[in-house]
Amino acid sequence: MEMPVPSKTVIARKSRVVERLMEVLPADRVIHDPMETRAYECDALTAYRCPPMAAVLPETTREVSDVLRICHQEGVPVVPRGSGTSLAGGALPTADCVILGVARMNDVLETNYPDRYVRVQTGRTNLSVTGAVEEDGFFYAPDPSSQLACAIAGNIAMNSGGAHCLKYGVTTNNLMGVTMVKMDGSVVTIGGAHLDAGGLDLLGLICGSEGQLGVVTEATLRILHKPEGARPVLVGFDDNEVAGACVSDIIKAGVLPVAIEFMDRLCIETTENFAKAGYPDCNALLIIEVEGSEAEIDDQLSRIVEIAKRHDPVEIRESKSAEESAKIWLGRKSAFGAIGQISDYMCLDGTIPVSSLPMVLRRIGELSEQFGLQVGNVFHAGDGNMHPLILFDANKEGDLELCEDMGAEILKLCVDAGGCLTGEHGVGIEKRDLMGYQYAPADLEAQMAVKDVFDPQWLLNAAKVFPLASSQERRADAIAAE
Amino acid sequence: MTQMMTPSSEAELAQIVGDAKGPLTIQGGGTRGMAVDGDVLSTAGLSGIELYEPGALTIVVKAGTPVAEVDAALAKERQRLAFEPIDHRGLLGTKGTPTMGSLVAANISGPRRIQAGAARDFALGVRFVDGQGEIIKNGGRVMKNVTGYDLVKLMSGSHGTLGVLSEVSLKVLPMPETEATLMVHGLDNDSAVQAMAAALGSPYDVTGAAHIPGGDAGVTMIRVEGFEASVAYRIEQLRTALARFGTEMSVSEDSNAAWQDVRDVTAFHGATGDVWRVSVKPSAGPDIVKSSGAEAALFDWAGGLVWLCTEPGTDLRARLGPIAGHATLVRGSGQARFHPEDAGVATLSQGLRQRFDPRGILNAGLMGS
Ligand SMILES: Cc1cc2nc3c(=O)[nH]c(=O)nc-3n(C[C@H](O)[C@H](O)[C@H](O)COP(=O)(O)OP(=O)(O)OC[C@H]3O[C@@H](n4cnc5c(N)ncnc54)[C@H](O)[C@@H]3O)c2cc1C
Repeated sequence: MEMPVPSKTVIARKSRVVERLMEVLPADRVIHDPMETRAYECDALTAYRCPPMAAVLPETTREVSDVLRICHQEGVPVVPRGSGTSLAGGALPTADCVILGVARMNDVLETNYPDRYVRVQTGRTNLSVTGAVEEDGFFYAPDPSSQLACAIAGNIAMNSGGAHCLKYGVTTNNLMGVTMVKMDGSVVTIGGAHLDAGGLDLLGLICGSEGQLGVVTEATLRILHKPEGARPVLVGFDDNEVAGACVSDIIKAGVLPVAIEFMDRLCIETTENFAKAGYPDCNALLIIEVEGSEAEIDDQLSRIVEIAKRHDPVEIRESKSAEESAKIWLGRKSAFGAIGQISDYMCLDGTIPVSSLPMVLRRIGELSEQFGLQVGNVFHAGDGNMHPLILFDANKEGDLELCEDMGAEILKLCVDAGGCLTGEHGVGIEKRDLMGYQYAPADLEAQMAVKDVFDPQWLLNAAKVFPLASSQERRADAIAAE
Repeated sequence: MTQMMTPSSEAELAQIVGDAKGPLTIQGGGTRGMAVDGDVLSTAGLSGIELYEPGALTIVVKAGTPVAEVDAALAKERQRLAFEPIDHRGLLGTKGTPTMGSLVAANISGPRRIQAGAARDFALGVRFVDGQGEIIKNGGRVMKNVTGYDLVKLMSGSHGTLGVLSEVSLKVLPMPETEATLMVHGLDNDSAVQAMAAALGSPYDVTGAAHIPGGDAGVTMIRVEGFEASVAYRIEQLRTALARFGTEMSVSEDSNAAWQDVRDVTAFHGATGDVWRVSVKPSAGPDIVKSSGAEAALFDWAGGLVWLCTEPGTDLRARLGPIAGHATLVRGSGQARFHPEDAGVATLSQGLRQRFDPRGILNAGLMGS
């Protein structure tokens, strides 16, 4: 993966920049020792690493504004960082950048149950937002599997999703307002505790903009009362494609589960060895969860089971208790970890129309044979958000490149099927060079025009999202302006 | 002399915008009465459902497709547009046919917005022509998509000021088996908003909460939708949960019709006066009504959406003072239609309009400056 050549002029200015940053932040929150900046050299896309010039850990919006103003004046690129769990390299530094980490900003600023929102600093982790309200029966709906670690900041930047998004929507559908600091240090407040924008929907634009438009410091999030209960049913099939067809039929039938998750044989067997969830021996399985009172759950599950039975299931396991539910979810939740135990892997995130699931699964199988790399499939089937896991050996010469080539083929397949490159992980550096496959030059130009408005010098996380060739001129301007 | 142009293809639309020498007023069905100065550019010639996949819950339509045509196609598969868009014709006394493009362009959502989301939440993809005549696409037709910036959201609610939509893809949802509405009678505005908060703060998945003020005749409506047995159960649970607010409760005889009236603000149809739509946090709703001095009011979105009917020419925003939210003038003239933005936000909005429509020819002057 190519990254822009770091600016020598900026690096030469390091000591002055660090000195100025220390005027606005306590010394222990300005990290500049090359031994220590290493802690920020990558996110969860660990194949790519580069220690930043420095890292700062502000605690307030005011401090973020001070830091950005200084970096803006000094022409220093800034890469915002939440918890560093991005799978797309979104938080990958450049050697001439300052990492602005919001991890210390994790306060709950306001909780309002009658109006159903919380306002938090964005360094707060996803799970601890729910943690702050669950004793009172409420929760924050978007639930990425990384929720124990990832921060609301990263969730907003990537517009993250999770298993229960089929019913509750992704981050953008649950985000009501933000406080954001622009690269020049100015602070803007967008949205709030009310619904919808009075003018242009800037909030919708900021969510999913991968840290390129501003640093989000505070967020107003919609919270919901927890359902009375939830229980899944697990259905095993002999065939991937049949499982895919079953998903489509469930959706068409008018039962809207809160989650429909899919796992194929490789994932089932690997997680079985790892987590021992007691999954059936089959080629594909679906975990379908519904919510409501006991009677409502029974009713919905019976409708789903009836549909599933028309697809020759090898096993149907309806959960009858919290214990059984936990067991059904255990395997799915440990899937990534289990695969990680047996091999290096790359996790893709292409999304397709649900109706194309059978075809795309078949083609992925063919590509796997063609490239000679194993692929496991575990994903959010209800909304067509696939997660093919390509297994490779990082120590084997050329294997990473082979894996990336195969990944690119799978993502192109998703686009060809009427889908997109990424459903929830974001473009980052990982899918940057494939953007031209999904979007025409004019489409990309319109997106880059948005960045021009928010960050005219292209100093914020500029090496991401857009193919380097297409953002070249704008980034060159940034350097020329020094 | 203004003229009317009705392109029949996206390419022709792009040609017209690119060649335009003066301002254009973009028209869908013309039911909103939002016309500004300039030649009329109608999307009526861009009509038709291009793709409908019930099993994937998605529909792709050309921008000028009548909403009624889509509603009918969806109904055949027992699906619907879940954001419950308002039909403005009764309120504004306009004719014409609401179009799919306008639903997105104006982010038009009704009572179910509080539970299901707004038009912008259901918009999956757009194709549009910007102010230079360039054809641009963003998003797609899948339910999750974070590939690049979300210009779909930016276009939703931009009222044709950033581009002319030529095609939209939307997520649709199954129609529930049935619906029912619990009516709580005789609550004042404050208790009604508290009752609605209690209903929405329950596990019963309320899909509508509105209050029609009227002293003893006032009624607070709580809607649930789903399978028959489930709806019956939830109505009973809500009845118990809300018992502390009022003893007089009933179940609506025609839930569907009652919500159509809330959605289309039927109560204001005959009345003269300006109509305002104020979005605030629900608990702030009653104070908005108090300080507005309005003759008539209606609460939707559990109190967070306040419809007001004021004397013609009233500067409602001056009366309300600074609010955390926004007031939009839906019917009437003499005031800016959209709420003035804070300086920081206004600079960004203006910058975006400048980039997408540098000549300022698309619905010029309708939003911001
Ligand atoms: C095991 C595992 C499972 C995962 N499961 C899911 C899943 O189910 N669903 C899903 O959607 N994702 C998932 N992810 C991906 C990842 O967790 C999400 O993208 C998450 O939102 C990243 O949050 P973060 O705080 O770690 O952000 P980081 O990795 O620190 O940064 C992500 C992006 O956000 C930007 N950013 C960070 N802070 C700010 C800020 N304050 N202002 C503006 N921009 C900012 C960064 O520049 C970067 O571009 C998973 C990752 C892992 C490792």
